[in-house]
Amino acid sequence: MRAPRLSFAGVALVLTLLVIAATALVVVRAIDDRREAAADAARIGGPFALTAAGGRQVTDRDLRGRPFAIFFGYTRCPDVCPTTLAEIDAARDEIGPSSDGLQVVFVSVDPGRDSPESLQDFVGSFRHPVLGLTGTPEQVAAITAAYRVFYEKAPGADGDYLINHTAAVYLMDGEGRFTGTISYQEDHAVVVAKLRRLITEGGAIGGQI
Amino acid sequence: MSFDFTRLGVGRIAFAIALTATAAFHILTPAFAHGVKVGDLSIQHPWTRATPEGAKVAGGFLVIKNAGTTADRLIGATADFAGKVEIHEMTMDGDVMKMRPVEGGIEIPPGGEVTLKPGSFHIMFMGLKHGLKQGDEEKGTLVFEKAGSVEVEWAVDAMGAKEPGHGDHTP
Repeated sequence: MRAPRLSFAGVALVLTLLVIAATALVVVRAIDDRREAAADAARIGGPFALTAAGGRQVTDRDLRGRPFAIFFGYTRCPDVCPTTLAEIDAARDEIGPSSDGLQVVFVSVDPGRDSPESLQDFVGSFRHPVLGLTGTPEQVAAITAAYRVFYEKAPGADGDYLINHTAAVYLMDGEGRFTGTISYQEDHAVVVAKLRRLITEGGAIGGQI
Repeated sequence: MSFDFTRLGVGRIAFAIALTATAAFHILTPAFAHGVKVGDLSIQHPWTRATPEGAKVAGGFLVIKNAGTTADRLIGATADFAGKVEIHEMTMDGDVMKMRPVEGGIEIPPGGEVTLKPGSFHIMFMGLKHGLKQGDEEKGTLVFEKAGSVEVEWAVDAMGAKEPGHGDHTP
């Protein structure tokens, strides 16, 4: 009768150890994931140099001090780009005067066809100010690499081309640090809430330069 | 007593007004519906969006219903306001937006319907000759494999409209 009782205790012990091990594994994984997410966030954004209308050079340092929402597209984009600009416009209307604390930047990944001027005309059609930026193909490649933005030319008909590109809007704080994204067709109320939070919490954390 | 009677009267009048309004809405709705028929196909509410300054492209959206017993295909389109018109499909691959011309057109199954809408199939107007302004109507043609060509009027909605406006324009 002693042997079965011992083995029962043994099984219980093994099971307990297994549960502890599994729990530990899950906890360690979660910590790793968090660290990875934080590291990913740290990797989005960074230095860039681009050109605005009138030939004005704009770098990441010019955006410091105020949070900004930045996204990437091109003016021959029939759907996502104007829709996203209109969505942000509507959100800024709803947020009211405090939305002036937000900078919105639209970067063209089609420097072959979008000049800084035509880009600024395009973004100037919206009620709230948007900064249109583009640059040399190398400069565009650099900023898209910094923001982990994907873009590629896709064949259209008649030798024309379309551009496939990341449609997310990147939300950056006043120090140029990544805080989150707005994805395509995100619910309007969520867009408003995210921008509002960026404006109130994403200001010049730790003081301006 | 007279007060109660008045209230009853007001209630009745309000009810009558509501009924009339509802009836009027239902009677008038077809008159406001914006669409055309060609053969077994009915084309409902072709719409596009106002374009930002200097934009060279716009997307066109509509619903095509096929009441017939055989499939048809939307194989092309033309528009007075665009240099070139194609049928495109947009898809999302994670956060990446992808565009491609649709080869061979879009099938409209018998007894079925196809919706061209933002984020999906759309008519791609390229080389715009002028900007599109909200509230305007722009002429164009759709070409079907069997039903042939049909003229349509594209209603121009707001710049960021996610779906067409309702009943705010006459055919």
